[in-house]
Amino acid sequence: MGLAKNIQKLPPWYFLFPAIFVGISVTLPLVYLVFRAVDGDWQQSYELIFRQRNLTLLYNTLALTGGVLVTTTFLAFPYAWLTSRTDIPGNKLITLLGVMPLAIPGYVLAYSLLGLGGTNGTLAQLFGIIIDRPSGYWGSLLAISLYTFPYLFLNLRTGFIGLDTSTEEAARSLGLSSFKILLKVTLPQLKPSFYAGMLIIGLYVIGDFGAVSLMRFETFSYALFLQYESAFDRVYAAWIALMLLTLTGTILIGEYKLLKGLSFYRTGTGTARKTKVLKLGHWKWAAFTFVFLVTLIAIIIPVITILFWMAQGVDPIVWNTLGHSVRSSVMASAPAAVLAIFFALPLAYISIRYPSRLSSILQRFAYLGYATPPLALALAFIFFSLSAVPFLYQSLGLLVFAYALHFLAESMGPIRSALYQAPPRIEEAARSLGYSRFKAFWLTTFPLLKSGIIAGAAFVFLSAMKELPITFILSPIGFETLAVNVWSFSAEAMFAEAAPFALCILFFSILFVYLLFAREWKRA
Amino acid sequence: MEKSMNCLLRATNLTKRFSTQDPPVVDRVSFTVQHEEIFAILGPSGCGKTTTLRMIAGFERTDEGSIQLNGKTLECPYTHISPERRGVGFVFQDYALFPHLTVLENVKFGLTGISKSEREYRAQEILELIGMKAYHNRKPHELSGGQQQRVALARALAPKPSMILMDEPFSNLDAVLRQSTRNEVRRILKEAKMSAILVTHDQEEALSVADRIGVMDQGRLVQIGTPEEVYYRPKTKFVAQFLGRTNLFSAQATGLEAHSNIGSIMLDKPARGDVMISIRPEHLTLEQATPANCSGTCGVIQNREFKGHDITYLIKLDRGDCIVHTDNRMPFGVGDNVIVRPLEPAVVLDNDSTRYTPDQSIFTSSDTGKSSA
Repeated sequence: MGLAKNIQKLPPWYFLFPAIFVGISVTLPLVYLVFRAVDGDWQQSYELIFRQRNLTLLYNTLALTGGVLVTTTFLAFPYAWLTSRTDIPGNKLITLLGVMPLAIPGYVLAYSLLGLGGTNGTLAQLFGIIIDRPSGYWGSLLAISLYTFPYLFLNLRTGFIGLDTSTEEAARSLGLSSFKILLKVTLPQLKPSFYAGMLIIGLYVIGDFGAVSLMRFETFSYALFLQYESAFDRVYAAWIALMLLTLTGTILIGEYKLLKGLSFYRTGTGTARKTKVLKLGHWKWAAFTFVFLVTLIAIIIPVITILFWMAQGVDPIVWNTLGHSVRSSVMASAPAAVLAIFFALPLAYISIRYPSRLSSILQRFAYLGYATPPLALALAFIFFSLSAVPFLYQSLGLLVFAYALHFLAESMGPIRSALYQAPPRIEEAARSLGYSRFKAFWLTTFPLLKSGIIAGAAFVFLSAMKELPITFILSPIGFETLAVNVWSFSAEAMFAEAAPFALCILFFSILFVYLLFAREWKRA
Repeated sequence: MEKSMNCLLRATNLTKRFSTQDPPVVDRVSFTVQHEEIFAILGPSGCGKTTTLRMIAGFERTDEGSIQLNGKTLECPYTHISPERRGVGFVFQDYALFPHLTVLENVKFGLTGISKSEREYRAQEILELIGMKAYHNRKPHELSGGQQQRVALARALAPKPSMILMDEPFSNLDAVLRQSTRNEVRRILKEAKMSAILVTHDQEEALSVADRIGVMDQGRLVQIGTPEEVYYRPKTKFVAQFLGRTNLFSAQATGLEAHSNIGSIMLDKPARGDVMISIRPEHLTLEQATPANCSGTCGVIQNREFKGHDITYLIKLDRGDCIVHTDNRMPFGVGDNVIVRPLEPAVVLDNDSTRYTPDQSIFTSSDTGKSSA
């Protein structure tokens, strides 16, 4: 009897199988990674793990992560406060400007910062100012912080808007000063938003490869790349990847522990009052200055640098390569977007319509693929394909598959929110009218998911278009995407040649940002 | 009692558990539905009535028991006909209209296996029946609650199912609309010669729409009967209280008569010893107390509620109190001494029903069930 009941609770196979397939696809390569690492003798493994260099790498990675978290907080917090709690004129434009830096990926920003300084950099040629080329820790810090602070900004802004201001008024009536209220009432309530933003940024920093490699700052990711590309020491590369994964795991567990027990629901029953807006008065000029400075450094200067190098004259051969790269990028990204939807739809459907321990575990795998540092993921796929499916090694199919698994989580959000809006009973209604389980889904729920699916696919497509590290390691020989070209030319200090590719990336990234912004604006 | 040949649906010993620790949500429920009959399952929220309905539709599997429709087994521990092959229409509490389709497309949705022109004709015909022809091009969100309700019914009726199942069909409507929609739905069902099972927590709804009612409590069907039967002759204290205001007295029975705190009273069936009896407030009336007729059973009026067409009195008796509905010509006021006279025999309740006593006061209002929804 119990069995019959359990079968009833199971989702249909055509949703369950793809979901389980995703879970296996994310974990199996990681298992191969472990196998590869412990492949050598114990003596060797011991030496590789307890190298002095690992400590340096760990220190560098943590120092960069910490630095970026502090910098982004100083950028994002005032920005979020300005756009949610004050009467600053042009709120929508300023919010958009705060999201815009996402359009300039870390490696493009690194490229433009490199192109800015030096004796023949943009500054030197335009204004005669010679500054040192930013590099190393500070260069990486600047490039990554400017690129990632919008993630924290968006989270904090949503947090500010969702805040119940009556708690602040209650504190005021109890005699607390404005500063004390900020410290004791407002900030604690923003904790979940803070942690969510910091998680994304933290994971990004430890996984970033483009910016640190151009700035030549040795973190785990960069070292992994060097081991793999130059030294061909795959066992050590596998160990570094495992260390990266351990670091990722620690961050995820830490986040889980921090968020546990933190729930800030409104306890009152009345409607939440509209947020009280602070009148800036003459302070608005200070606010404008802040916004302008951030925009100048994060957007205007990089774009001008790219355009400047573009104007330096580009070798006509490069234009040929450009068309080729665009085609390559699309050829890998478009199928990845479609595949990601095929994975995300069943996962989202199961997690919402058949909530159970199994479905929440399966859903977590989708996010695991996203949280895994891209280089570690790519390396795991290399090991996996070499030993299990050699015919896929260095094939376009494997690249597409890796993209889909990595960016799957980005398409989950829009699909899930569309599913939440679709009334759950309409499928039962269709079944009582004589349609099979699948047809009922296909004719009733699916049409309501269309916009969510399109948005989800667009996120995956645009993310894949600017992806660098996975492409680097997994792409077939001679397969050069836009991102790979920006990186290779910049690494050779061929800034003029890199410019058209960077501009193309910028174009696709702006679409991404616009999509993100449109959804966020509608939600808030 | 319903072994007749023209029984349409037969549910036998339906049992459903959602977890092994808890008692079953539906516990050995058996009932039948005749052709062209409207059957209501009435009970407070959480009593298992919706689960029962969903088992008949095939959305939930049964753990034990069987369901037969037109003599064909739909469900038993070894058989499960899927919902789409049962030929049973379902009207959902929130209507579940397809938001991306127009009214006409919604109605046409279940019309498969017939020609295009037939589909169109049948859909228009059914829209005519529910009086929604003018709205055929609207999308569901452009309709009022009552209109959505009628479209949902039309959509379920269109493929000519063997019967219609309705889950709290009027609960999303406001009070004024509820009344008129109720009558309208009954008219449509009767006109279409359609059998239906209606699930509701609203006794007034069940009493006015259904031909027969099954009252459900904690997963069990405690009484099945016509509206008059379950209202006037409740079997248990629960049924007596759930279907409206009532007076419950403990009495000493001696055959067809009993002695209670309003004095001697006739019983509906012979009994002996201590019994619990129920009598509806409208089956009582009041008389001026005089030294001659007051032999220790008179009471004092504690409260008087004038409601236009009738009056409700609360009478304080020697032990406990009681409520009396009278017509509006009774001249009594608060503080008057009165005698309570039964107009009908009281109903002897099964003594196994110990539940549903909110406090020790003798009467409860029918709202107890309603408000918990």
